[in-house]
Amino acid sequence: MSTVVYAVGDDVSTDTIYPGRFMATVLPTETPQFCFADDQAFNGALQRRSIAPGSVIVAGQNFGCGSSREQAASTLKGHGLVVVAKGFARIFLQNSINLGLRTVICPTISASAGDDLEITPTRVRNLTTGADFATVPLPAARQAIIDAGGLIAYTRARLVAARRRSADHGPA
Amino acid sequence: MGQTVAQKILARAAGLPSVNVGDVVEPAVDLAMSHENTALVINQFLEVFAGTGLEPRVWDPSKIAVIFDHRVPAESAKTATNQKKVREFAAAQGIAKFHDVRGDQGGICHQVLAEEGYDRPGYVIVGADSHTTSHGALGALAFGVGATELASVWALGRAVNIQVPASIKVVLRGRLGSAVAPKDIILHLVGLLSAEGANFKVIEFHGEATSAMPTSGRLVLCNMSVEAGATSGIVPADAETVRYLRDEAGVADPLDLVQPDADAAYDRVIEVDVAALAPQIACPHTVDNVKAIDAVAGTKVHQIVIGSCTNGRLDDLEVAAAALRGRTIAKGVRMLVFPASWKIYREAMRRGYLADLIEAGAVVMNPGCGCCLGVHEGALGDGEVALSTTNRNFKGRMGNAASEVYLCSPAVAAASAVTGVITDPRQEG
Repeated sequence: MSTVVYAVGDDVSTDTIYPGRFMATVLPTETPQFCFADDQAFNGALQRRSIAPGSVIVAGQNFGCGSSREQAASTLKGHGLVVVAKGFARIFLQNSINLGLRTVICPTISASAGDDLEITPTRVRNLTTGADFATVPLPAARQAIIDAGGLIAYTRARLVAARRRSADHGPA
Repeated sequence: MGQTVAQKILARAAGLPSVNVGDVVEPAVDLAMSHENTALVINQFLEVFAGTGLEPRVWDPSKIAVIFDHRVPAESAKTATNQKKVREFAAAQGIAKFHDVRGDQGGICHQVLAEEGYDRPGYVIVGADSHTTSHGALGALAFGVGATELASVWALGRAVNIQVPASIKVVLRGRLGSAVAPKDIILHLVGLLSAEGANFKVIEFHGEATSAMPTSGRLVLCNMSVEAGATSGIVPADAETVRYLRDEAGVADPLDLVQPDADAAYDRVIEVDVAALAPQIACPHTVDNVKAIDAVAGTKVHQIVIGSCTNGRLDDLEVAAAALRGRTIAKGVRMLVFPASWKIYREAMRRGYLADLIEAGAVVMNPGCGCCLGVHEGALGDGEVALSTTNRNFKGRMGNAASEVYLCSPAVAAASAVTGVITDPRQEG
């Protein structure tokens, strides 16, 4: 069971998730402090660690639109948050998969802050309201990256395999 | 079934005769670009090699471009230290397409790739910046990625697990009216499609207004295609593409002018009569909140911004200089101008445009992104309103969540600088 700690509407941009003025901070270990920095109440709760890992942000369409800044994914991942949205912007979704931020595409989701959700591979159940919603699988093309535990691990495995092949066969 | 430009480019880059929409392919990358966030790309790249015993070397330094533009000159010790690390990395890896902070070259990455001739039709271009869509203006398939994805490309030379996108065909009919610009076309289109209307799709531009448009305008169309969610915007290469690359960018190599097949399948076709367009304004706080100028004319503004990767080119500065020559910017209004590159800056200086703007009261800044995304100078005060030729107006974009940003063409921005309120340039003069 996961509790909704933040409910937002459509078109929440990466400027809102991670404002540009903090972009000089890049490392995933350092970005969590600026998560939704312009919302002092939510950012403050995150900073005080009063929000449990596994808590959920519920969003509308096109979550993560705008800038490709990866800090927007790493800042959410750093707090162990899960994003359940009606839809995601392309680059944000890819960044999330690449970094291992849990994202759930749920086109009809209806939930408010404080609701408890049960998230399964195919459905989201709002335990507070009793409503039940189907999810859409993440893009199949990215499954291998998810399975590998993120793009760094995936690329590392590919790189090692490629070098091993070229070592076995000698230079082309 | 015929192929779109995106399909043809991906097929070629993946070594396949053809690809279908939805296929998963691994295209070889022809150009991989990043800016200050190269500091994060390096961090992730080194992570990829960690524990492998392999020496961290990029796959092909000649296909990597690194351009400082987001915070130039460095606004903080942190940025300066990151830039220093990137500078040292570029030297160690032999990355020649590296543009440092200096006035004889460089500028905003999306302008630099075009004017240096790094962009070519038929290329697969990835960039750790969402406005990488810009490079479709020269017939490339160009899309934004995150820093970790770019690090993966640096290691493997390929973009991994890419799903072939469907394309939306946009046909631009007619001729633009006086004081109406490519910016008005793309704002109108983003309003029409919505901020997610082209999500996971490519916008392919056609029609006589596209053919007649110089590369500077095509860069505007493709730059802001991402504001409708598009993976890429693309103008199929034509005589203008060849002219630009030969005459302006000094490219002598053979060019592959990739064309869509006549029977290519499109997700949808949208026709726009550009002759009927009025100047368009994207109102706070989303880029798709677009209105014809009449709806917001008279709105008081505090800061005018002309510049950026969207509208900081020579023709944009020419429009602004012509509107402001011999005039004065309204009292209580600040006007910031930042050319898209140092090449443009120097030429605008030679032609007297910068003098015209400065004498009218504008502050001409060095080329860079800073003000557009609120990271480096030009922040807004509480309750202030900006009218800007940049590409985004999200809440807080210009450094203050308690301010508002309206987006417009250079002609609208310049006319409004004189009056201090949003002004239709067709009523000026």
